Amino acid sequence: MSSTRLNLDAAFSALADPTRRAILARLAKGETTVLELAKPFDMTQPAISQHLKVLEDAGLIVRRVEGTKRPRRLAKAGIEALDQWLAMLRRTLEKNYDRLDEVLATIDRHKKGETR
Amino acid sequence: MTKMTLKTEGDTHIIVTRRFAAPPEAVYRAHTDPKLIQKWLLGPEGWTMPVCINEARPGGKIRYEWTNGKGGAFHLTGEYLELEPYRRIVHVERMYLPDPTPDNHIETRFDADGTGTLMTMRMTLPDAQTRAAMLATGMERGMEASYVRLEGMI
Repeated sequence: MSSTRLNLDAAFSALADPTRRAILARLAKGETTVLELAKPFDMTQPAISQHLKVLEDAGLIVRRVEGTKRPRRLAKAGIEALDQWLAMLRRTLEKNYDRLDEVLATIDRHKKGETR
Repeated sequence: MTKMTLKTEGDTHIIVTRRFAAPPEAVYRAHTDPKLIQKWLLGPEGWTMPVCINEARPGGKIRYEWTNGKGGAFHLTGEYLELEPYRRIVHVERMYLPDPTPDNHIETRFDADGTGTLMTMRMTLPDAQTRAAMLATGMERGMEASYVRLEGMI
């Protein structure tokens, strides 16, 4: 596996393009050859290869050599690093607000206790 | 009644809503009193917030430091822009993981909703790219998409 170093700025730029997001979604299902990746898009193979290069430079995908083929797959480290801050938001919010419900219930009980 | 919603607006906004059983005063306090913040703004199970600086006034600083007690740590800094007690907070924040994430400008409203509160958080990201990145990882459709994707890699 080639070394992957996540560049957050590059990763955001890479993800801003719908074709590249679609490529990542396809790769989420498993390793795929460039030919297969190009199929769903009305694009030449060089155009797809250019998108793959952007994703690779951003540390989001890696390539493997298999004869004349260069199948691509998601770079676990890169995607996980991105997820770390991107997913943190929703997951953290839900967890936090469940806890806040309990804090608010405690405040309410204290208040009622004081007025009694 | 307590379910959270998360949706997008325009190119750069993300809107989060959440209902609480307590009145706006209490929900607002829980967002600005460090002692209360340290009880709930903790993220995943096992994390604590040993440092909680929250200067609830315009220009006031925000600094939250989290640790999991096993060497894991990260922090967030921010600044308050506007505060209308018990009604509305406007602040900007960024996380350090360890590189700073793009600035997230956040307006939080606390509206009375029966005997409870409807909280509405409106986040504004610096550009469409940053928000696109958030959406691309499945925030819009929920975390399921993200988990499915991670499974696909293993």
